[in-house]
Amino acid sequence: MYTQAFDIVVAGETSPVADDGDVQTAFLARIARDEKIEPQDAMPEAYRKTLIRQISQHAHSEVVGMLPEGGWITRAPSLKRKEILLAKVQDEGGHGLYLYSAAETLGVTRESLVEALHAGKAKYSSIFNYPTETWADIGTIGWLVDGAAIMNQVPLCRCSYGPYARAMIRICKEESFHQRQGFDIVRSLCEGTPAQKAMAQESINRWWWPTLMMFGPHDSDSTHTGEATDWGIKRISNDALRQKFVDVTVPQAAFLGLTLPDSAIMWNAERGHYDFGKIDWDEFWRVVKGDGPCNAARVSDRVAAFDEGRWVREAAAAHAAKSALSKASLKVAA
Amino acid sequence: MTTEAPEAVTPLFEVFVRSKQGLDHKHVGSLHASDAQHALTLARDVYTRRQEGVSIWVVPSNAITASDPALKSDNFDPMASKVYRHPTFYDIPDEIGHM
Repeated sequence: MYTQAFDIVVAGETSPVADDGDVQTAFLARIARDEKIEPQDAMPEAYRKTLIRQISQHAHSEVVGMLPEGGWITRAPSLKRKEILLAKVQDEGGHGLYLYSAAETLGVTRESLVEALHAGKAKYSSIFNYPTETWADIGTIGWLVDGAAIMNQVPLCRCSYGPYARAMIRICKEESFHQRQGFDIVRSLCEGTPAQKAMAQESINRWWWPTLMMFGPHDSDSTHTGEATDWGIKRISNDALRQKFVDVTVPQAAFLGLTLPDSAIMWNAERGHYDFGKIDWDEFWRVVKGDGPCNAARVSDRVAAFDEGRWVREAAAAHAAKSALSKASLKVAA
Repeated sequence: MTTEAPEAVTPLFEVFVRSKQGLDHKHVGSLHASDAQHALTLARDVYTRRQEGVSIWVVPSNAITASDPALKSDNFDPMASKVYRHPTFYDIPDEIGHM
């Protein structure tokens, strides 16, 4: 999802300074040759820090992303939908794990990253601070939100940092199911009763603009993408990805008979793209800075889940210690 | 970071999956678990949800010894000049056919 991380530096975090020239020059030459960088390779400190920020924000987004959908598992309208949603939410948890593991190869612990999220110091994608009010929202999230995520994530499969690129390949493979199951939900509603179709339309009305915001600020306002591009982390700009997303989504909405809530959407033959209206960046920054509809609830739900799971982690550790001890005493006896 | 004592770090394991009987186990990723048995259970849930494997190995990450990337050319470049180790180095007359 979630290349927003380039643009959103957490308060108090200084922009890392450039390293000594030698590492920098050799490193940029490797990037220019399109070589992958692996954990033990020399890399500029600024590259390492940018990756930690980007990958951990991405991991947090996967984990927090389970919350808006998780609440609908018990309320899914059929057993089939319940099984699918359960599998999807489980995937998101797995994606979080792949990404935390990739971040850990850069010399941070998962514990410290999770702690930063719980303390409100780390960010995650703005989209998950919106509420899921109806069942149609589960369809919309799959179709639009995961669709936008795929748009962002496919180029990351070619990013210069090996562990991140490999995690993204695995994630993209699974994400495609997420988008299709969402489209399938929305399609069923659109082919259902007028009330069901109205539910789908109302959901699109709420999610369309926040989804466009997922791609982050306009390129002209995006201060960090320059170095992320130079370092082979970010391959395609925010605006280019957003345009691509609009271009594929407009015909899909037309197929479903849904209206995207933007009267400015119109084919521009000269550009070969759809034009679309102005994004409310005040809303975007409000949500990013913590003032979205669900920011507080999301973090407190994560903290509660972590706290309530503590006894399980402690029990597992105690069990491991005990069986290691009894194995050792067996060896002594033998 | 909070002032509370940090939670103990759960050990890290590397996960290897055999995708099909008869093939090698291949590295697929890593995960945290309290012990090897726990790691196997979690690996099954995380890395084989779509029938990606028929067998799993887990290895404590700190048990792996890796070659030094700084010695990459010392280690591996000498092989570049030893093309005679490949069958394609040798000419076989057409009359001989497949060898």
